[in-house]
Amino acid sequence: MSEFLQQLLNGLSLGAIYALIALGYTMVYGVLRFINFAHSDVFMVGAFIGYYLGKLVPEGTLWGGLLVLSGAMIGCALLGMFIERVVYRPLRHGPTLNVLITAIGVSLLLEYTGQIVFGAAPRTFPQIFPTANYHVGSLTISSNQVFVIGVAILLMIALQLIVFKTKIGTAMRAVSLNPKAAQLVGVNNNVVISFTFGLGSALAAAGGILYAMNYPSIDPLMGVMPGLKAFVAAILGGIGNIPGAALGGLLLGTVETFIGGSQFSTYKDAIAFAILIVILLFKPAGLLGKFTIEKV
Amino acid sequence: MPRPHLYLLATLACAFGLSHFSDRMDPYFLDVLTGIGINIILAVSLNLVNGYTGQFSLGHAGFMSVGAYMAAAVSVFLGPRLLGDSGGTALLQGSLFLAALITGGCAAALAGLAVGVPSLRLKGDYLALVTLGFGEIIRVIFQNFEPLGGALGLNGIPAYTTIFWVLALVGLTVFVVTCLVNSTYGRGFLATHDDEIASEAVGLNTTRYKIVAFVIGAFFAGTAGGLYGHFKMTITPTGFDFTKSIEIVVMVILGGMGNTLGVILAAILLTLLPELLRPIAEYRMIIYSLMLIVLMLARPQGLFNFKFGKAKQ
Repeated sequence: MSEFLQQLLNGLSLGAIYALIALGYTMVYGVLRFINFAHSDVFMVGAFIGYYLGKLVPEGTLWGGLLVLSGAMIGCALLGMFIERVVYRPLRHGPTLNVLITAIGVSLLLEYTGQIVFGAAPRTFPQIFPTANYHVGSLTISSNQVFVIGVAILLMIALQLIVFKTKIGTAMRAVSLNPKAAQLVGVNNNVVISFTFGLGSALAAAGGILYAMNYPSIDPLMGVMPGLKAFVAAILGGIGNIPGAALGGLLLGTVETFIGGSQFSTYKDAIAFAILIVILLFKPAGLLGKFTIEKV
Repeated sequence: MPRPHLYLLATLACAFGLSHFSDRMDPYFLDVLTGIGINIILAVSLNLVNGYTGQFSLGHAGFMSVGAYMAAAVSVFLGPRLLGDSGGTALLQGSLFLAALITGGCAAALAGLAVGVPSLRLKGDYLALVTLGFGEIIRVIFQNFEPLGGALGLNGIPAYTTIFWVLALVGLTVFVVTCLVNSTYGRGFLATHDDEIASEAVGLNTTRYKIVAFVIGAFFAGTAGGLYGHFKMTITPTGFDFTKSIEIVVMVILGGMGNTLGVILAAILLTLLPELLRPIAEYRMIIYSLMLIVLMLARPQGLFNFKFGKAKQ
């Protein structure tokens, strides 16, 4: 039983990170209807910004950690907006597949530039937050796990407030429903899409730092697998649906941790896709997605 | 004689000719040529699915790996028994290799059928992701399947792949795909691509066309995998991950979807490019990715697609 709870806790903290990355995918898909393959590399850049900023602040302090976290989030938000402005905007009305290939191009560019700028060898991520282990019964809870889950929940609540309570959030939902109609009622689509990219990239940066804290080794290709799985999580929950992405992330992280702890641990990487395929076959719109009938 | 048949004959003649002189040719040149040929087979077969039929598959490397493993299994495990200790004559080796390639292709086609039937009900990005998922699942299964080498991969595959086999299969792939899409039956693929709902309305079974395209595409990907395995003499599951699939998709899109000649040119270009950039190895992937972005921005209809305004989807 205690082992079960321990694994559940580990799974939830991994799932929280997947959820943070998945939110970025889902939001971009919501407004632009394309898979932003470069998202997983923005996640990687976030971790590296954290690595360099982490050297500047004293290690293991709360304010230092928060400073690093917000620095990386701002840095990645700018990067995300820059990518959108330079690469995706000229292609906005082009064929979907071209945008997808361009996204793959941006992804490769970030990875290989990263290998030259940061070096290809893995590095140890500094302990930016104070660490401690708490013992509750037979459970061991590390402060990192508490941080990961706490920060993820806070960011998701903040995101939910932005999307549902602010003016720009309303505009985001309008663009997602119907970009042309949104433009007709005076929404500036460019601003909204730019903002969406910034927000999603900031969440990816947060995810990157939290991931690096729990798995303390970072390298330029670290984003590939988590990114892919986060995208699976986004589809699992119903793409374009924010609570769905959170649910999908948590579900995937938990299942994966349980499989990783069992005798089938070598199949861990396949399980995410197996779940995805099964869910899509029975619920093609994802767990929380709405099924829309195609109109001619 | 119709043009595709002439081209096929020309390629076969070329294959015979080249293989006759291959002893005197630069081995590096032959290696690059083999790589180009394998990529052409992969890209042209994927073009049937992604270009002509308009489905977006990201799992082509998965089918390639099925073919590579099954073909290698035939020549590694069955080969010594059939050929004996002496290694057999060249004719026997050739027929064994042919059998291995056909086995690889058929295994990949079966995998394509198994993947296609459930997933082709999905569309667009969802289909892309499910095929990507299947590709990754195939990879993980091979990683855990010890009889075929597991994560370490399968070694000691005989080097049967020669320039003759590569060119002959390139010719055959291009021939089959061209004839298929230009046949009466093949109009169904194009109709499925142009407008699925309208095709269904006139009574075409679009799901069936998609599955047929998928299975044929997978078959040729499997034979390409067989060639690849007997060319590199060692295969590992990680060599067929989704970056390989993406590489093939990029060839198809750069060539212009549904344009076989363009796709062939793109496959040649994208195989040569890393070789040409070898002196600046550190930066070659950066240049490759930058080129991808710039080309997509500058020529969204594909690099070699000159029919203006035909870039749909």
